[in-house]
Amino acid sequence: MKQTNKPSMSRVLRRRETFSAYLFLLPSLIFFIGFVIIPMVLCLYTSFFDSKLNANTPDVFVGFANYVELWRDPVFKKALVNTLVIVVVSVPTVAAFSLWVASAIYKMKDWMLSAFRCIFYLPVVTGSVAVTVVWKWMYNNYYGIFNYVLKGVGAIDNNINWLGNPSTALWCIIIILFTTSVGQPIVLYVSALGNVDASLVEAANVDGANNLQSFWKVKWPSIMPTTLYIIVITTINSFQCFALIQLLTSGGPNNATQTVMYYIYYTAFKLYRFGYGNAMGIILAIFIAVLSAFQFWLAKEK
Amino acid sequence: MRTRKNKGAYYVVSLIILIILALLFLFPLYWIVTGAFKTGAEINSVTPVWWPTEWVTNNFEKLFSKRSAPLFEIGSLTGPVVPGAIRWLVNTVFMAVVAMVLTCITASMAGYALAKKRFTGRHILFTLIVCAMALPKQVILIPLIREMSTLGLYDKIWAVIFPTVGWPFGVFLMKQFSEGVPGEILEAARIDGASEARTFSSIVVPIIKPGIGALAIFTFINSWNDYFMQLIMLSSSSKLTISLGIATMQAENSTDFGIIMAGAALAALPIIIVFLIFQKYFTQGITMGAVKG
Repeated sequence: MKQTNKPSMSRVLRRRETFSAYLFLLPSLIFFIGFVIIPMVLCLYTSFFDSKLNANTPDVFVGFANYVELWRDPVFKKALVNTLVIVVVSVPTVAAFSLWVASAIYKMKDWMLSAFRCIFYLPVVTGSVAVTVVWKWMYNNYYGIFNYVLKGVGAIDNNINWLGNPSTALWCIIIILFTTSVGQPIVLYVSALGNVDASLVEAANVDGANNLQSFWKVKWPSIMPTTLYIIVITTINSFQCFALIQLLTSGGPNNATQTVMYYIYYTAFKLYRFGYGNAMGIILAIFIAVLSAFQFWLAKEK
Repeated sequence: MRTRKNKGAYYVVSLIILIILALLFLFPLYWIVTGAFKTGAEINSVTPVWWPTEWVTNNFEKLFSKRSAPLFEIGSLTGPVVPGAIRWLVNTVFMAVVAMVLTCITASMAGYALAKKRFTGRHILFTLIVCAMALPKQVILIPLIREMSTLGLYDKIWAVIFPTVGWPFGVFLMKQFSEGVPGEILEAARIDGASEARTFSSIVVPIIKPGIGALAIFTFINSWNDYFMQLIMLSSSSKLTISLGIATMQAENSTDFGIIMAGAALAALPIIIVFLIFQKYFTQGITMGAVKG
């Protein structure tokens, strides 16, 4: 578009501009191509091979065999279902919770706003390992505070082995994931709500709209792009849930907390089935790509 | 304002709920820090000890008595022997600082070019960057391990640093910030005969400084906490990062919560302090990095 505004820009000039642009881009491109694009291509390529990761065993081309096997693998199906449960539960709760917190705090005094924003962001900053090990202790069968508190208030009679029980383990993971997922959405919502055109809200109030009405009719549509963005990043994060699983349950008990990301890791690095792991990676990437594309389509429709 | 009274009540109730939630969110951190200073008996007490009756340092002593490694190894030059956990901290700081500096330099140059220069291939490149950002980062790490072995970088801290620098989020963020550089100033500099490098360093960089600050703190925290990448790329015990070291330790003695909490405190507190100091920039980075529409 810009070129037409500058008819004087000759081909020589454009070539010079292109040359200098690529000089600026070069350092970044080396890392981007070398450590993002090439691995992506390798991932696709390796997914068609029976590969053992080790340099001495040559890869054997197997066509779509890895993908066919995936289709029949009950553990992969279990992992996919669990991952979808995590996504379906955590995405709406994270979005709703962070929207509520953000709308409760965005008009507060500056120091209160940053204090709350900070506190809800802390679990992210603390890091997955530190967060996970302390929750492991809190969930512990004998010394954990959950059993103590819940017995204290009479909610349960006997200690529950939260992480060892197939019916509770996945929920334990989802709770931790929730606390580490709301930080970023709250920051985004606070800024989006602050940017809502104040005159529109005022006009709605003058017309007699109550708070709830002015929220749904005025604020909600204008923060829609933020909501969609939050849904996408939370979906991607939930799909990639790994550290919690690896450190708490290793996918157990009996695959009750098996997720796609953990199963990829397990297949590639514990079973040394490298090609198979890469095929799973491709499926996961396609899943996420389709979901992201759907989000962009939705955003355009609006 | 007929609803002011109701509004006041609503405000108080939501403030109370918020404070309760905030306390719940702070609790794990509180439990790490107090746990790190509790005696073994209090840690393993069936009735939780909410506040340590006496603050002891044996958990840290135990943590520091485990394994030892030289403070640093640069070529054949090695530092004095220190506890493993200290070496892990040194590794982590080195990793996060180098990743941060490299990302800031490369991303601000590339972001400026993408925002302000009209060149062949610009559109394709930008599309590629946005698409790459939407893909799961962890998936590329599996094939990456083989690439790193081929390059002889496996089990070296560079194997963790390079992919962090390559991740295109930084370029995207810096493009957003560079859009704000006025074209007239760049034009004027060109007419005055300033070289490209000079225009960038003395005109563009001062304008996008807040963006660089945001990217720096963002990269620092993310690379400090990128456990998955550290897990697959690093293996020997003197090469570990602090998160990875704590994770390995908890796999070995999973019931000694005291020493694990001491390790968790050691891993979490430095990064939390960094976050609290630079919080403002960080918030800005998150907001600017969001795709608008």
